[in-house]
Amino acid sequence: MTLLRRYLPLLATSALLVIGYLICAFQWNGFTSFRVVGNLLTDNAFLGITAVGMTFAIISGGIDLSVGSVVAFTTVMVATLIEWHGVHPLFAFALALTVGAAFGAMMGAIIHYLEMPPFIVTLGGMFLMRGVSFLITTESIGISHEFYATVSDVALRIGKGKLSLVAMLMMAVVGIGALLLHFTRFGANVYALGGSPGSAKLMGVPAAWTTIRVYMLSGALAALAGIVFSLYTSAGNSLNCVGLELDAIAAVVIGGTLLTGGYGFMLGSFIGVLIQGLIQTYINFDGTLSSWWTKIIIGLLVFIFILLQRIITGAGAQGNQGRRF
Amino acid sequence: MPENKARKGRPDWFRHLPQLTVLAVIALTINFISPGFFHVSIQNGRLFGSLIDVLYRGAPIILLALGMTMVIATGGIDLSVGAVIAIAGAAAAKLVELGFPAWQVIFLALVSGAACGLWNGFLVAGLRIQPFVATLILMVSGRGIAQMITEGRILTFTDPGMDMISKSSLMYVPMPIIIALGFLLLGLLIWKGTALGLMIAATGLNRVSAASSGVKTRLVTTLAYVWCGFCASAAGLIIVSDIRGADANNAGLWLEMDAILATVIGGTSLLGGRFWLPMSMVGALIIQAMNTGVLLSGLKPEFNYIVKALLVLIVLCAQSPALKQRLGKPAGGAA
Repeated sequence: MTLLRRYLPLLATSALLVIGYLICAFQWNGFTSFRVVGNLLTDNAFLGITAVGMTFAIISGGIDLSVGSVVAFTTVMVATLIEWHGVHPLFAFALALTVGAAFGAMMGAIIHYLEMPPFIVTLGGMFLMRGVSFLITTESIGISHEFYATVSDVALRIGKGKLSLVAMLMMAVVGIGALLLHFTRFGANVYALGGSPGSAKLMGVPAAWTTIRVYMLSGALAALAGIVFSLYTSAGNSLNCVGLELDAIAAVVIGGTLLTGGYGFMLGSFIGVLIQGLIQTYINFDGTLSSWWTKIIIGLLVFIFILLQRIITGAGAQGNQGRRF
Repeated sequence: MPENKARKGRPDWFRHLPQLTVLAVIALTINFISPGFFHVSIQNGRLFGSLIDVLYRGAPIILLALGMTMVIATGGIDLSVGAVIAIAGAAAAKLVELGFPAWQVIFLALVSGAACGLWNGFLVAGLRIQPFVATLILMVSGRGIAQMITEGRILTFTDPGMDMISKSSLMYVPMPIIIALGFLLLGLLIWKGTALGLMIAATGLNRVSAASSGVKTRLVTTLAYVWCGFCASAAGLIIVSDIRGADANNAGLWLEMDAILATVIGGTSLLGGRFWLPMSMVGALIIQAMNTGVLLSGLKPEFNYIVKALLVLIVLCAQSPALKQRLGKPAGGAA
């Protein structure tokens, strides 16, 4: 791959975001205000955090379908701990993160040691977590702890707009995720594993430990997204985030990451999240368009970007078709 | 990988003994929890009873599993069947509203499902996109398309012709069961009556060598996806007719998971290859019997998810090549 080819998907995604933003900015006067941008970041904070974990899973050649259920479970768990058992939110958060990480690690271990496709293992995880949260309660539990009120007031005021704590948290997670993926040995192992598991093993990449850590990270980040979601809505509900995994996968794909693994950028996933948020904001501003257009346009974008990937990697893929699927 | 166990003198049904045993055990357990499970009577000119209810409620899952089996046999997966149910249902409800006669509605809804399958087939076989990703596109946008058709409303209708699909009966047997059995026969005719099934299994096992031996792998793969979409739209018609309305958001939600699970329980490997349509039907019945069992036993319906998660885990262990090696059996368990 030449340098241009290497960065082409990322450039295409960035161009799409800039063009989309310009179209919106020309159509509506208020669109360029920092308030709109700040809201876009806050509204999509939980999706952004989930997408970081999903990026690791996909680059390692896997997938994590359980994230939506883990988010829902975390909101329910945090809400019940705080409201029913009088636990301090910070302690509940720590507990939720531990459970998320342990659950992810378990799935990673099953994927590696049973040698089963990640999507069916995480599918089981999706059923399990959704089922457990349904068993705890099927009702929405409002959280009225003073800690929640304090946290939602924390924001960095810039002009008329503000950058909320959850938005800052999301950007920090993306930043740390990018460092972890692009500049550490663990990140390099993830790429190696996704590029070719066989060669990775021959090179001495610890496959078991890397796989377990990837899903542990994805599970922990999904739990963090759940905490953010509970801060965002001040409630826990077992029906939260049905289909979040699809949005996260779409963000990663639109961000230019190869779904076969081994190639992608953290920044791309972040831009993918922003593009989804932009489409949603456009539809809100327009007022006449219905929300189902979001799904259709995102489906279309995913299609275009997968097609783009086929064209870029196509020449190489024709030679070894037997391996592709 | 593909074992020739059946050829070594054992009858074919022998290898399916575990599934059949599981189904029998579940049925007996339910009968133990709520006696009278096997009691079947005739009311209002059709069979009536819990056992018939399992078959009746299971018909959409059976149809989906029949479709999914062929796709999984090619080594693929179709995640969009739930969305196809929504699309076909929405299209049917809209056409009824526009005043089309029932037979045209049914025909067009089935065509819409087959067209969705053709799209998936084009992406997988034509553009060589991974099946799981290719069908994800329709899974994401399909519900949007269905909502576009219904314009975001829940379309309800009363049409005696459409009621026929789920509420009539033939020889005392409720129509959805007849439809499911009809599709099973049709599937056996298409995929077992001709060489197509063999070609699909060959494609699923090793696409390159199948192509080298003259199998038109792109064509048979596409056909499998078209069949899957076709079956899904039939399931959609039954659901729409049953509730007399189309709900683009919730119709067929998560049924794709049930269909995959039913197929895998039926013994068709997720890695592709040999397939068993009647056993996929048994798999669907196992899932539906457990749904009914959870309800009859007075547990919360939410308990179903945990039961399904455990099922996935059991199936994973049963199919895992690594685990078989560790237990000292040769892969495939031919010993």
